[in-house]
Amino acid sequence: MNYQAIRSIYTFEMARFFRTLMQSFISPVISTVLYFVVFGTAIGSRMESVDGIGYGEFIVPGLIMLSVMTQATSNASFGIYFPKFIGTIYELLSAPVSFLEITVGYVGAAATKAMFIGIIILATSFLFVDLTIQHPFAMIAFLTLTCLSFSLLGFIIGIWAGNFEQLQLIPLLIITPLVFLGGSFYSVTMLPPIWQTITMFNPVVYLISGFRWSFFGTADVPIGLSLMAIALFTAVCLGIIAWIFKTGWRIRQ
Amino acid sequence: MINIVEVRRLTKTFDGGFEALKSVNLDIKSGEIIALLGPNGAGKTTLISTICGIMRGTSGTVTIGGHDTITAYRSARSLVGLVPQEIALEPFEKVINTVRFSRGLFGKSPNDAYLKKVLESLSLWDKKDSKIMTLSGGMKRRVLIAKALAHEPRVLFLDEPTAGVDVELRKDMWQVVAQLKKDGVTIILTTHYIEEAEAIADRVGVIAKGEILLVENKADLITRMGQKTLKIDLAESVKTIPKALSKYNLTIEANGLLYAYDTAEDRTGITGLLADLKKVGLKMIDIHTRQSSLEEIFVSLVSDKDMSVNKEDVA
Repeated sequence: MNYQAIRSIYTFEMARFFRTLMQSFISPVISTVLYFVVFGTAIGSRMESVDGIGYGEFIVPGLIMLSVMTQATSNASFGIYFPKFIGTIYELLSAPVSFLEITVGYVGAAATKAMFIGIIILATSFLFVDLTIQHPFAMIAFLTLTCLSFSLLGFIIGIWAGNFEQLQLIPLLIITPLVFLGGSFYSVTMLPPIWQTITMFNPVVYLISGFRWSFFGTADVPIGLSLMAIALFTAVCLGIIAWIFKTGWRIRQ
Repeated sequence: MINIVEVRRLTKTFDGGFEALKSVNLDIKSGEIIALLGPNGAGKTTLISTICGIMRGTSGTVTIGGHDTITAYRSARSLVGLVPQEIALEPFEKVINTVRFSRGLFGKSPNDAYLKKVLESLSLWDKKDSKIMTLSGGMKRRVLIAKALAHEPRVLFLDEPTAGVDVELRKDMWQVVAQLKKDGVTIILTTHYIEEAEAIADRVGVIAKGEILLVENKADLITRMGQKTLKIDLAESVKTIPKALSKYNLTIEANGLLYAYDTAEDRTGITGLLADLKKVGLKMIDIHTRQSSLEEIFVSLVSDKDMSVNKEDVA
């Protein structure tokens, strides 16, 4: 195992994050504040509580998940796409590193950034609502796993993408709808029965539900199922990445 | 001398069916500078990329320092530094950080004292905290070399290091290469500037249409392939070649005659020619000889290759 290589990739990627620290933090903070103003205060004050939880509090886990998932995906996809785009990928391909080290370096950095942003949003939430986290360790674990698995997904997208449009395509067309329809701002039980069934095919439902459970102790789906869903998702992504590096798909002719 | 790089029956066929390398065999001796000459599209970059791991060969093997580049890629690649043809650098990063990154990527523990030495040898030390995007093209090329040297490679591949570089910088780079050779680094460079191969290489390989046509000591190549010409300036120019001189390979030039001969032959015929000139009463003012350059040899090799390929097509 080439640990130096992992460290180098990780610190190099994190340096990019710190160079753009203001953008990295300000945009999620502003969007969180906007969500709270619109959903929490303006709409939320006219809404009943969900499962006995005030609406403002109820949306916190969903908001964090929404940002974390999109940030993890876009950070990781950009992280590996950029070297492809500017040509510096030659160095990775000619270095004595395996796919594992490259993936750990890039995905680790992307997940760390997403994690930072998740924590910032959580901290911002405390300014608006009175939150108590029932299962803090489970919350951290869920957050970490989500950051990691969506960074893996982003990594795959970054390798697949042939141009900047494609880089935006999947997050825009698939991830944002899945997250919005995954119960970020509502409980699945609020939907008509038929949509409740359909929504169960959305993997994000399990992640948001599990994350919400760690805050409030209530969930749409059993916590065990949530854990299995995220484990399965991570395994699928890892499998695809292993295949990519084995075949050299889109990176090594 | 032992071979540090051995390429055996290496082929590379691209997805579209284009055969970029056709069973290439190449031995690179430890400590030498070898120049791979070839026209654009000859397969120079494909060969280097396949050796370095950027591309996969379709068949054949490559070993570096005795390590197979597929089965023992870690040991093989850690010996190699690569300077690509195109400038590819992270524009927003500082010089020193990109060089540190390269060193770490190859598994070497941080050593800023060594990196300082590398940057100083490339006149980059005072730019170490500059962002890459603020550097000139020539400086960026030096950064690429610094990155390739950051992990103390034993073999350095330079893919057209001086393409589009001004004369002064080219000379600087030649000096850097000479110094590296002194330090025991093996250097493989591709170029289509013949004078570059002539100036710095120990051996020259000629590659065209995915095949290595020959690899030889530069001096041997020039001697062996070397046609020499003897230019004879005459007091009075002649319109026809006198009959007594018809056995010599002479052509009429302005103010004199041109005699072409092969230095590899036992008898060059110069003594006889000079005596016979005197016999027919031609008065010489001056004589000078000229040896064909690598460029002429190269052009003749590559055009021979074109002709033989065309013949095959017809057959």
